Amino acid sequence: MLDIRLYMLQRLSALFMGPFVLIHIAVMIYAIQGGLSTGEILGRTQGSVTWFLFYAMFVIAVSVHSAIGLRVIVHEFLGLKGFALSTLTWTICVVLLFMGGRAVTAVTML
Amino acid sequence: MSDSVKLMDVAIWRGDATGGAYEHFEVPAQESQTILDVVSWIQQNQDANLTYRYACRVGMCGSCAMMVNETPRWTCRTHVKKVLDGNKLTVAPLRNLPVIKDLATDMDPFFDKWVEAEGVHHPSKTRDDAIELIDPKSSARVEASTGIECINCSICYAACDTVAGNTDYLGPAALQRSWTLYNDARDADKQGILDAVSGTGGCHNCHSQGSCAVHCPNDLNPMKAIAGLKRATAMSFLKNGR
Repeated sequence: MLDIRLYMLQRLSALFMGPFVLIHIAVMIYAIQGGLSTGEILGRTQGSVTWFLFYAMFVIAVSVHSAIGLRVIVHEFLGLKGFALSTLTWTICVVLLFMGGRAVTAVTML
Repeated sequence: MSDSVKLMDVAIWRGDATGGAYEHFEVPAQESQTILDVVSWIQQNQDANLTYRYACRVGMCGSCAMMVNETPRWTCRTHVKKVLDGNKLTVAPLRNLPVIKDLATDMDPFFDKWVEAEGVHHPSKTRDDAIELIDPKSSARVEASTGIECINCSICYAACDTVAGNTDYLGPAALQRSWTLYNDARDADKQGILDAVSGTGGCHNCHSQGSCAVHCPNDLNPMKAIAGLKRATAMSFLKNGR
């Protein structure tokens, strides 16, 4: 159920996600050292183009990677294929993009 | 039969494509006895209708593979002593293939996928050209040679959980054949091979679980061949967009 195109998309999205996860965790640990409040964190992230681009790319990578991974699992365990499988893949991708997009805009937009 | 002869409890799967069940036979144990000996003894002495497949009996033809105690094995070279579970043996048709009758499976899906994977030679010369000299020590030839002892027994195909979950998947043997040809200097359609293994049932579906390498009776490593195809197709995709 994976052709070369989906395979490369999943590998390349993983390639991006690796550093994103490490940076996300490292900054989180660093930021709370002095006991930052939610308000103080939002004060730093809201209006920041850098954090918007960082988390926007993170969400895109996660949405693509997860949708393709779940596509394989659903096909092999439930036997779904063809149009139904493609619809499910796209639905998962769009739902994750929407949810992630909402979170990113809430944290980084003024 | 004397009382001193040890009898084994052998469960043989009987049935066809519509279904079936295990039937138990008592078979005398002997020294140097193979699973194929056991199946043949049952067919010759207890039930002449038992259907199974074999040819060479020496591990060369790849005909006699079956599930023995739920593990795919070449039955002509599997000694009973190695796999006997207490006093019990279970013999069933190969997994992941349709059953024709009893222990004989329909191998068509297995071999059809060799063709789908472009596991055929694409000549680079005509019969009028001189024979191409091949350096056996070149890295490509060394890589190609790792897969050429495949006897087409379908044990790797039966062992593969990805085949079980994804019927379109070409499977370890066909993909190993593609990798062999891809590394063969005499093959003239390497891009055709990469295209054939890059579709929805292609090499990218392999989860690298390694059952193929574990169960191959000739100690080949189709998983490594598939990893090679993944690398080659990824490079081709980045360079040529396919």
